[in-house]
Amino acid sequence: MLHIIQQILRTGIKTEAPPQVNDALRNEVQQINEKILHHVGRALAIRHVDAGSCNGCELEIHCLNNPYYNIEGLGIHFVASPRHADMLLVTGPVSRHMEIALRRTYDATPDPKLVIAIGDCGCDGGVFGESYASCGKISNVIRVDITVPGCPPTPTAILQGILTAVSKGK
Amino acid sequence: MKLDEFTTLFPKLPAAMPVWHGTVNAKELRALCEEVRQGGGKLVALWASDETERTSQYALHVALVSAPGMLVLTLLVKNKKPAFPDLSDLFPAADRMQRCVADMMGLHPAGGGNHRKWLRHAAWPSEVHPLRKSFDGNSTFPTDSDDYLFVPVTGNGVHEIAVGPVHAGIIEPGHFRFSIVGERVLKLEERLGYTHKGIEKRFEGMTFQQGAKLAGRVSGDSTVGYTWAYAQAVESITHTTPPPRALWLRGLFLELERLLNHLGDLGYLGNDVALSFGFSQFWILKENLLRVNAELFGHRYLMDRIVPGGVTCDLNNTGLLGLSEMLRNIEHETSILHHIYDEHAGVQDRFLFTGVVAPDLAAQLGLTGLAGRASGQAWDARTQFPCTPYDELDVQMATHRNGDVAARVIMRFEEIAESIRLIRLMLEQLPVGDLISELGCAEEGSLGIGWVEGWRGEILLALHAGKDNCIYRLHPHDPSWQNWPVLEHAIINNIVPDFPLINKSFNLSYSGVDL
Repeated sequence: MLHIIQQILRTGIKTEAPPQVNDALRNEVQQINEKILHHVGRALAIRHVDAGSCNGCELEIHCLNNPYYNIEGLGIHFVASPRHADMLLVTGPVSRHMEIALRRTYDATPDPKLVIAIGDCGCDGGVFGESYASCGKISNVIRVDITVPGCPPTPTAILQGILTAVSKGK
Repeated sequence: MKLDEFTTLFPKLPAAMPVWHGTVNAKELRALCEEVRQGGGKLVALWASDETERTSQYALHVALVSAPGMLVLTLLVKNKKPAFPDLSDLFPAADRMQRCVADMMGLHPAGGGNHRKWLRHAAWPSEVHPLRKSFDGNSTFPTDSDDYLFVPVTGNGVHEIAVGPVHAGIIEPGHFRFSIVGERVLKLEERLGYTHKGIEKRFEGMTFQQGAKLAGRVSGDSTVGYTWAYAQAVESITHTTPPPRALWLRGLFLELERLLNHLGDLGYLGNDVALSFGFSQFWILKENLLRVNAELFGHRYLMDRIVPGGVTCDLNNTGLLGLSEMLRNIEHETSILHHIYDEHAGVQDRFLFTGVVAPDLAAQLGLTGLAGRASGQAWDARTQFPCTPYDELDVQMATHRNGDVAARVIMRFEEIAESIRLIRLMLEQLPVGDLISELGCAEEGSLGIGWVEGWRGEILLALHAGKDNCIYRLHPHDPSWQNWPVLEHAIINNIVPDFPLINKSFNLSYSGVDL
């Protein structure tokens, strides 16, 4: 225990300031009214859904939990069920084998809900495109509020997308 | 035909790795597989290609590894009622690969065996085989229900837990069917294929240059391993020799990828036994290294840095010093954390004797890569078949025999130490010169093999050349093909709450096997 405490003290606080909101990431007119956003923005529950990604975007989503980004410090946390979630963080492309699972996850998430499409594949199908096995971008299957491009997008970009989703739109 | 005749009878491919290729008949295929099995060799990959346009037949390809190197055997299979000899009795890992060949190409193993579908769910009907040349990759079908039969377990007090495809954590999708009594697991059956996005079909017709980007996204956590294997395959059939500096930088990237993944896994393994301190600490180290990667090479995960012919980025002296400093830090911090993990009673209580795969079972099932080495399977291509730069570095392979979560954790600590040693040597000896060579021309119909020891295990890329330096057929093979079925054994008699821990200690790829 002493070693653990020593190590924690030696490491210090690594957390950095969060990024600013970026309105360019918005996909459509904000659905949730400002009053709800005010509450959601301080205690946001996110369910992540991998709808067929290469696992690259997942690596960066994992990083959001590291001390540099300290997403829980902003009141944002990942939950184990869509029924507990305010927001879905979806990576893609949506494989046809995941199409039903993604729709069901979306339906199981209580309204009002937000959806963020993560990564180039989630935004436009990316290198996998549309085919016999792939539905392409996330918005081909469910409604999307925010798109965060990148291959994979950095944790800062993903965090910016999340914070933009819970901020007041134009 | 005998195995020792193989290297004289068949041509050695002009590859960075020792690979021989030859066409055999069904009887010879069985006989050679039996001999490899008896000699302690293993099956690496099994795939099929559609050669009906050229020879009016299909072809089955089997890659085996034994002492001299890799043997790739090609069996031509008749157009009508295409069948090939079942190899799953010799190599249990062949089972899912054969079912994949049946789904995707319509070639079936002869005789009994397992004829259930594997990669196909409900997106296309059973009579359609997407990898046949006659199939248009853009066709779509009405989605049917996936009527997959799980093996039922019956008895007093047995019940099932169905998990996934959408999991509770931030991980890839797959379905796990547990049959349990109380907390104890009697049987686990995996159902994968959810992330099947048509990668192999997508490759067809791409130029060698275009294919590199897709190869780097077969499994995002192994992007360096895949792009290097892809580059090896292309360079083999185009008779291209990359400049020495490029080869050494590739080695550097591969070891950086190993470090990143091992650091991340050690963090999560701590987290899974309620030591969130471990997660924070290891993920600080991982983030530091990711930032150095971004600064020096332009990408946090080194995607698209390796291309056919060479690499796309260089390392200058300032970068070299920065990287050395980062290594010193990782080495120092990891040694402190290793001590803390070792001395922590709660952690060791969860790690030890959990998810055991004994060495004899590992050998029988063909457990490979890092997990294999934790169960006494001493295979590491960097040591046994070293290509440049490994041939000058004397890579020390780590192995353990306990085969439990603790062994797989120790493996990661030891491989981190070895990777740091290798990177230091690479930085010292990095040759000067160009970064990329121009590609030659590939002969239509030729086969190129890429074979790289990624952080998870051996990655194989088989490239069948088409016209004008384009891809006719490409099969990427992830070591997870071998290891997923062994996970089903590792969990037997363990308790359900230990599954996430055992699963993490293997950390297998979904996208890499779903293709």
